[in-house]
Amino acid sequence: MKIVVAIKQVPERDAPIHIASNGKWIEDGDLNYTINEPDAYALEEALQLKEKTGTGEVVVVSAGPERVQSTLREALAKGADRAIHVEAVDLSSRDTLGVAQVLADAIKAESPDLILTGLQSDDLGLGQTGVVLAELLGIPHATIIMQVEPVDGGLKVKRELEDGWFQHVEMPLPALLTIQSGGNKLRYATLMGIKKAKTKEMKTVTASPAAGTPAIALERVYLPEKQKKTEMLTGSPAEVATKIVEKLKFEVRVL
Amino acid sequence: MSGVLVVMEQRNGAWNRMSFEALAAGQQLAAKLGTECSAAVLGSGIDSLASELASRKLTKVYAVQHDLLKTYTADGYVAALEQLLKQTSADYVLLPHTYQVRDFAPALATRFKQVLISDVIAIRHDSEGTTSPVFVRQLLQGKLNADYRHTATGPCFVSVQAGTFRAEAVEDGAAAIEAFAPQLSAEQIRSKPGEPFRESAQTVDLSAAPVIVSVGRGIGEQDNLGIVEELSKALGAELAASRPICDNGWLPMERQVGSSGQTVSPKLYLAIGISGAIQHLVGMKASKAVIAINKDENAPIFEVADYGVVGDLFEIVPELTKAVQAAKA
Repeated sequence: MKIVVAIKQVPERDAPIHIASNGKWIEDGDLNYTINEPDAYALEEALQLKEKTGTGEVVVVSAGPERVQSTLREALAKGADRAIHVEAVDLSSRDTLGVAQVLADAIKAESPDLILTGLQSDDLGLGQTGVVLAELLGIPHATIIMQVEPVDGGLKVKRELEDGWFQHVEMPLPALLTIQSGGNKLRYATLMGIKKAKTKEMKTVTASPAAGTPAIALERVYLPEKQKKTEMLTGSPAEVATKIVEKLKFEVRVL
Repeated sequence: MSGVLVVMEQRNGAWNRMSFEALAAGQQLAAKLGTECSAAVLGSGIDSLASELASRKLTKVYAVQHDLLKTYTADGYVAALEQLLKQTSADYVLLPHTYQVRDFAPALATRFKQVLISDVIAIRHDSEGTTSPVFVRQLLQGKLNADYRHTATGPCFVSVQAGTFRAEAVEDGAAAIEAFAPQLSAEQIRSKPGEPFRESAQTVDLSAAPVIVSVGRGIGEQDNLGIVEELSKALGAELAASRPICDNGWLPMERQVGSSGQTVSPKLYLAIGISGAIQHLVGMKASKAVIAINKDENAPIFEVADYGVVGDLFEIVPELTKAVQAAKA
């Protein structure tokens, strides 16, 4: 099975939040970047599927500026066979449809049996790129997937529903799945893997210019307003503990 | 029509309650824009659901029925709604931000060359009626808010986060029911959904617990869980966790609080090392009191906390356990 994994590079979770001067994003000068966590699970699922079946190829794809190559290189170190960097410096001015289109262009040329990606990104969290990609490629999809099992004529997947419910869905190939975190245990890159990654193919293709104006626009970002008036408790750990116990006794009344 | 159309969600004849929150959002948006609001329900044998909707303040209720819509599939819903929207040409299509909507709405929007503005936590009107509304979403796991606006011509698709609008705010009235029979064929439906199931009988009912001590990513590793377990024991609390802890297998899935886990409303929710992504907050924000301990002062958990401590949980939690034990002795 030929599997393409679409990966997004995102700021690390503890990234400092300073709003950029254009008011549309955070200052990115000193940001560190990493793989979007659900995409790491998508990669893990792809690698395990390849290992289970003993054949096939895992190709990782990421769109963005040159820095995304480091995330692709890490995916190669974990076991992906090839990488495609879709070079685009204007991703932030494209909407989901625009981003999915450049990914679709790159992936179409690969004619994969299966496309995996994370269910949403840790930064924008729109949770749509996978589904839109499937629609653009004209293939069936399923979202929020915990397990993937190849069966005759296609796949049987375990889809998470709300409140602890699940369902199985069967579908033909080619197909696209968006993967939920936690379905598998993530692997680390081995030293051998890191060494091998240096010799693996990393192809760069240039994204075609945006086709039109975006359908939606992010106008500005700002720090959220508090929904509650939070009383901050300060002091040494022992002092804070005493203050909390007082609140538990006299305000919350659980002690 | 033009105006606002709300797409309701039902399964086996039972509403998803979030649908009524979306309906309240739709009614309020239509009132602000000086336009009308209608609603649609999809399925097979849904006459009684449509009649129930007809007692709300809506222009029309579209009962979209077909045998192939009996069980949800993305292919069936996208095809049926595409046909309905082409006929009704709504300006705004509002949906509840459920797992099902996340499965089909992005594809539906793509059919109209649009992008769904997903997981909206507020709708703002900067100036009455003259400009398009602003849709507020969260970025970076809730650390940042963003204003989005629809900039294209064509329908604007919006999904509304749980708890953003109150279902009780839905206005009653009378609506005409209009049957809509989409053209669907079995070959269009490419996936075969199975019956929903639960992994195992849920043995932990967090929803009944008066005190919950909940632990998140900040705990670092499984071996550190002990300090939180001791605090939980001292307080006589149920131990719960955010998703990453259960994903890692450090605590069983049935102790997970959030949109994919349990929804709780204890007297006290003590959040330890939980940053407070929206998926977690929807599961616990109905708690009577929230105390949060986190090293990151920007953590969104502090937005819903009554009492907050910015600091090192590894220093504070053991002290708190001692203080609770002393208070109880």
